[in-house]
Amino acid sequence: MGLKLKIDDKEVESMEGETILDAAKKLGIEIPTLCHHEGLEPYGACRICSVEIEKNGRKRIVAACCYPAEDGLNVKTRSPRIDRIRRIIIELAAINVGGDLSGKFLELAAEYKADTSRFLQKVKVEPSKCILCGLCVRRCVEACWDSVIGFVGRGVNRRIVVYPENASICSTCDHCHGICPTGRITSIGPDPPFPSIDDVLAGRE
Amino acid sequence: MKRIDSPEDLEKLRRKLRSKKKTDKTTISVCVSTGCVALGSIKVLEAIKAELERQGLVETVNVKETGCLGFCEQGPRLSIHPKEICYFKVKPEDAQEIVSKTVIKGEVVERLLYKDPATGKVARRLDEIPFYRHQVRPLLANNERIDPKSINDYIALGGYEALAKALFKMTPEDVIEEIKRANLRGRGGGGFPTGIKWETTRKAPGHLKYVIVNCDEGDPGAFMDRSLMEGNPHSVLEGLIIGGYAIGAGEGFVYVREEYPLAAENITNAIRQAEEYGLLGENILGSGFNFKVRVHRGAGAFVSGESSALMNAIEGCIGEPRPKYVHTAVKGVWGRPSCLNNVKTWANIPLIILNGAEWFRKIGTEGSSGTAIFSLVGKVNNTGLVEVPMGITLRDLIYKIGGGIKDGKKFKAVQTGGPSGGFIPEQYLNLPVDFDELNRVGSMMGSGGMVVMDEDTCMVDAARFFIDFLLEESCGKCIPCREGLRVLSRILNDICEGKGVEEDVMIVEEIAETMRDASLCALGTTAANPVLTSLKYFRDEWDQHLKAKRCPAKACKALVNYYIEPEKCQACQLCRRECPTGAILGGVEQVHWIEQDKCVKCGSCYEACRFNAIVKLSGEPIPPPPPEGTKPVRRRGGR
Ligand code: SF4
Ligand code: SF4
Ligand code: SF4
Ligand code: SF4
Ligand code: FES
Ligand code: FES
Repeated sequence: MGLKLKIDDKEVESMEGETILDAAKKLGIEIPTLCHHEGLEPYGACRICSVEIEKNGRKRIVAACCYPAEDGLNVKTRSPRIDRIRRIIIELAAINVGGDLSGKFLELAAEYKADTSRFLQKVKVEPSKCILCGLCVRRCVEACWDSVIGFVGRGVNRRIVVYPENASICSTCDHCHGICPTGRITSIGPDPPFPSIDDVLAGRE
Repeated sequence: MKRIDSPEDLEKLRRKLRSKKKTDKTTISVCVSTGCVALGSIKVLEAIKAELERQGLVETVNVKETGCLGFCEQGPRLSIHPKEICYFKVKPEDAQEIVSKTVIKGEVVERLLYKDPATGKVARRLDEIPFYRHQVRPLLANNERIDPKSINDYIALGGYEALAKALFKMTPEDVIEEIKRANLRGRGGGGFPTGIKWETTRKAPGHLKYVIVNCDEGDPGAFMDRSLMEGNPHSVLEGLIIGGYAIGAGEGFVYVREEYPLAAENITNAIRQAEEYGLLGENILGSGFNFKVRVHRGAGAFVSGESSALMNAIEGCIGEPRPKYVHTAVKGVWGRPSCLNNVKTWANIPLIILNGAEWFRKIGTEGSSGTAIFSLVGKVNNTGLVEVPMGITLRDLIYKIGGGIKDGKKFKAVQTGGPSGGFIPEQYLNLPVDFDELNRVGSMMGSGGMVVMDEDTCMVDAARFFIDFLLEESCGKCIPCREGLRVLSRILNDICEGKGVEEDVMIVEEIAETMRDASLCALGTTAANPVLTSLKYFRDEWDQHLKAKRCPAKACKALVNYYIEPEKCQACQLCRRECPTGAILGGVEQVHWIEQDKCVKCGSCYEACRFNAIVKLSGEPIPPPPPEGTKPVRRRGGR
């Protein structure tokens, strides 16, 4: 009920429980997202939705998909500083995406004039094609109350795997495949009867 | 054990314990905390006990197993009361002499006393040692007097008096007001005003609330939380119970990292004892206040100090940060208002309640009251845990307490705040140490790690070291931190190997700024501090690495060459024997020579040479070898 905030100098009313992202949508202001999906719990991993807020005279950068709308908040969704942050995040994410960009990621790269190869040249790692947005994991939990897919490892060793002991509960609903923004999950079942992620944890550990 | 049902009963017990203590003759306190145990203090303890037995003194002499005093590198440490004689580096063989001489005759064993390396003066008592003389230690001092397994020891020294005062003489609001007036700021590093945090949790809607002790320090070499938990667990527990009362929580958690088994054991034991005495549980001290505490053992490393990650772990989920901008004080464990404070913050509470806010504010600075505990390590003569009033200058900390730079070298920088703290250069040595001043120069208080670096430290290499450490610590959830650290690490390693290019500096700045602004949790937002301050204060060293491929401190292996100065070489063969690759040529009567393409730069020859004939070169041409058969210019004696 009746939270009033300003986004890019436009007044908008928002409700308790809504995020800056939700409020911006009402104004038709688009904030880019990579790890966010309508209906799934905000996760806050990609940080591409970073915006600048001003509160009690202090400015700071927050993730629009997680930050709750507040009364009197002053939000800026574009500025040289924000564009720069987004450009670098895209460039950093591109390390994992590798050479063949597609879809939304390609559009974003073009919009923010990102040089998607410069960091990959530096680090010289094999791109995994997965940006670890966790969408598949969250989507799968929702689809089958448990997860067939999940994270293993920490830091740069973090990756997505199919848990072999859970593979049998996969209903091949195709949700994970449909939601994956990078094409890392190429297809699902029937053979193997779960999403094809090459690095399946099967047999290990 | 009998339940204590009122403040009067507590007072009675205290008087009884104190009078009993007076009749005790001699007490030998042996440190059995992690540091001293690693150096063999358990054997010393056994030897002392055996010796007392042999000499028939078991009845007359008390042996107490106590916590850490901070000067662990000088351990095993023991002290003999009431004379307060302190012995360091004690071995089991010394037991006989200690008992016969000091315990029976009251004489000191000179060689076990601390000798100041600078002045050669020996110190009998703790407060005669320079390391301790300049400290102010309200939090750590009792570690020496208390057996952490004995609640009676704690009570005898005034323990739980603050709890009784809070429960019977103060309302919860009074307690919060007192903490606010004391201006206590969170000792976990953030420096957020504790009283305000408590108030937020108290006022948050919901009647189920939690208070949590964060004992998950993850900084390398830092062990102040461990030291308090191991040495004086009741002080933390008492603070927590008072906090529970003030905030209106019915339950508390103590989160202890996996690597601290003794800390977990001692706090668990403390909880059990407090329950038996009725200082915890139902109807505490007959006040009607109910409060229980559970210990949660950490299941392996996670993003340390991050409160939402820790709360996730308490709930039994993966310990990674949550993207919540709603404070955990309002929505924490299981979505309920939860107040999480560091071990040191909690341990300060009983002191403030007992002595009053004014007393606390007298210690420290206007903006940061009280004391700070640092783990002073690196290239200083005295390393260990130090407790000092906020506002002490870096210079006093490093030179008076730390005893100056090792081996008479020159100071270069000090890093405060753990791995993601910034480097502070010489020009700020007079900086008063507190939350705000450290932030001002690009560093932070953090959890209190303090690493001193000397002239032999390369500041690019030092930045590389900490970035590589943080790369291992990052949980990997968000892109700026995970990938940013990956690129920073690659670039810094390249620069240290002489493969850097000038545009790297720009990339470093871009990434550092993005990490600071956009990372999900505090690890990511602070991770670039070492890099940024290295660049800011030591830009010249970066340029030398990038342009001249030269490491001015001669620390970056790839950029140094070892070279034997022909005029100094005595042909003693020492280096030749040490060299693992046979890169050194030369015989008894012949000046030695290093074949560069065989040298793997292990530095063994450099360490071995007693004539300082081997030097490191960086970014300069290596002079041609002396003619075959050049005879050494003999000098008298070695160095
Ligand atoms: S296809 Fe299987 S793995 Fe993918 S979301 Fe559905 S149940 Fe989960
Ligand atoms: S596999 Fe796809 S959906 Fe899953 S985390 Fe990776 S990029 Fe996201
Ligand atoms: S900043 Fe680093 S440690 Fe924190 S959530 Fe992001 S990846 Fe994890
Ligand atoms: S640095 Fe090591 S490898 Fe090189 S000459 Fe000296 S001892 Fe031999
Ligand atoms: S969309 Fe907000 S952090 Fe990913
Ligand atoms: S462990 Fe004994 S003094 Fe620190």
